[in-house]
Amino acid sequence: MTPDIDYLALAPEITLAVTAVVVLMLDLFLPRSQKYWTAVVAVLGVSFAALPLIALAVSDVGERSMLGGSFVVDDFALVLKGLFVVSGYLVLLMSVSYIESDRYYQGEYYFLMLMSILGSVVLASSRDLITLFIAIELVSQPMYLLAGWRKGDLRSNEASLKYYLLGVLASALMLYGMSFVYGLTGELTLAGIAEAGAGMADDPAFIMALLFMIAGFGFKVSAVPFHFWAPDTYEGAPTPVTAYLSVSSKAAGFVALLVVLYSAFPDAAGVWGPAVWILAALSMTLANLTALRQTNIVRLLAYSSVAQAGFMLVPFAAAATTDQIGLGEAFAATVTYIVIYAFMNLGAFAVVIAGARKTGTGDIEGWGGLGSYAPGIGLLAGAFFFSLAGIPPLAGWIAKLVMFSAAMGAGSGWMVALAAIAAVNAVIALFYYARVVKTIWMDPVPATAPDEQVRTSPVAGSLGLALGLSVVVVVAAGFFPSLVTFFSEATRALAGG
Amino acid sequence: MLLNQFLILGALLFSLGIYGLLVRRNAVMVLLSIELMLNAVNVNLVAFEAFLQNANVGGQIFAIFVITVAAAEVGVGLAIILMIFRNRTSANIDELDLMKW
Repeated sequence: MTPDIDYLALAPEITLAVTAVVVLMLDLFLPRSQKYWTAVVAVLGVSFAALPLIALAVSDVGERSMLGGSFVVDDFALVLKGLFVVSGYLVLLMSVSYIESDRYYQGEYYFLMLMSILGSVVLASSRDLITLFIAIELVSQPMYLLAGWRKGDLRSNEASLKYYLLGVLASALMLYGMSFVYGLTGELTLAGIAEAGAGMADDPAFIMALLFMIAGFGFKVSAVPFHFWAPDTYEGAPTPVTAYLSVSSKAAGFVALLVVLYSAFPDAAGVWGPAVWILAALSMTLANLTALRQTNIVRLLAYSSVAQAGFMLVPFAAAATTDQIGLGEAFAATVTYIVIYAFMNLGAFAVVIAGARKTGTGDIEGWGGLGSYAPGIGLLAGAFFFSLAGIPPLAGWIAKLVMFSAAMGAGSGWMVALAAIAAVNAVIALFYYARVVKTIWMDPVPATAPDEQVRTSPVAGSLGLALGLSVVVVVAAGFFPSLVTFFSEATRALAGG
Repeated sequence: MLLNQFLILGALLFSLGIYGLLVRRNAVMVLLSIELMLNAVNVNLVAFEAFLQNANVGGQIFAIFVITVAAAEVGVGLAIILMIFRNRTSANIDELDLMKW
């Protein structure tokens, strides 16, 4: 018996896998001075992976299901695959000048990056526990290595080991939960679990299995109290890798969480809703309060991304208290938030890469007066940081708006309380985002700043392109929310709403 | 058919793994503890499979995938530990405290 394979549906994955192998082979045969070709091929490969996605989106076949329902290409999968490909593209653009200046292991860098992007693209289509597990591992494992990319740097070493140990622990917790889910329902496909597990929401073993899985995914999305690895890994890893970790890797965790909770455990919403409520409230509050005290820009963004994960979890908690329509509403709200967050956070990290090159430091103090000698970077920093804070008319406010409306729409006291916590946190967050922008524009240039030549050195072309693309999306989506909501509304069908 | 005995074995292995992860200071021993946890999962999966007698043998296939991924994971982990050992001549995870808060 040979399985039916729909090659068009698999085309994005095949393109990425082939590109990764080509990059690895090229690296083997290219002389040292021409290694930049690996970067060119990697960027082109990721762009080509977008073409079959467009073809799939405009085709009228509808949902394509393969391998006994394990691999499904529906609207949700397409939207998230698109997001992963685009954010992978932006991260590769940011990497080019950064990795080139390190001068070593370029080919391997792009190979591992492409493999991780491949994992996230597969993840968006996974609809059974085995595929989901393999895809999550494929996203994370290359990242363990990339976090330790600067082999001689002790901080990078430390970042790598901390991420590895906690990441593997998370996988073990998740697997232990999965093994019980399999034992109790006898099913591995998410649809099968939903059917067989319909009446099990009161079974203590079932609840325990579900909580183990949520804990495992909690590590991947770095929600408090599973966030300990995030600030250290973000600080020690090379900055483009950090950008990838905080966007694609986190989004991959959220995709897994969305798919598993909404399509495998819709009847147990009364169990996972409160658990996610606690995660959301803790993530927002603790991360924001810690972010206030940060002096390093990357650590500040690390805590900010933990806090943003908290905002993204808010609609999950709302899903527990509502009906089918509310479930779809909450689902679409999270997807909207993820898409907007991806662009504004990637942009913020691109600004950090450009700014750190000009100021020669990651300390916020050292960034004083950046706006006076690099007004472009200063303006972009303002755009991305205020968008993260949720100031209109930048895209961040739409993310916050849909999140609040999903929470208030649930109409229970608990959700109003969570919305209030989120509102207070949005104000706290504005304070530390604004502090960075204030330092850039209002503080004097510190005495430790590098000389004129470094400060006015031009931004690398590829990095400039990444900055430009992100800022266009952030501003355009702020004025025309339908640009983003069009996609997130299309995903709603997965939640049944 | 015995099932609980296997699940208890799995739970014991898993708990031992968590205990080792928290208590051991040598990175290689921590890695071993994580392997214990993954093998606890395998024991569970195979026991459930034998108990359920599923026609599609999903549990056994899952266990094979877990074994494969665990092997890859150890490869990555040992590479990272080796890198740290070369730079610090020690694999003690308590000494990794360059970054805090």
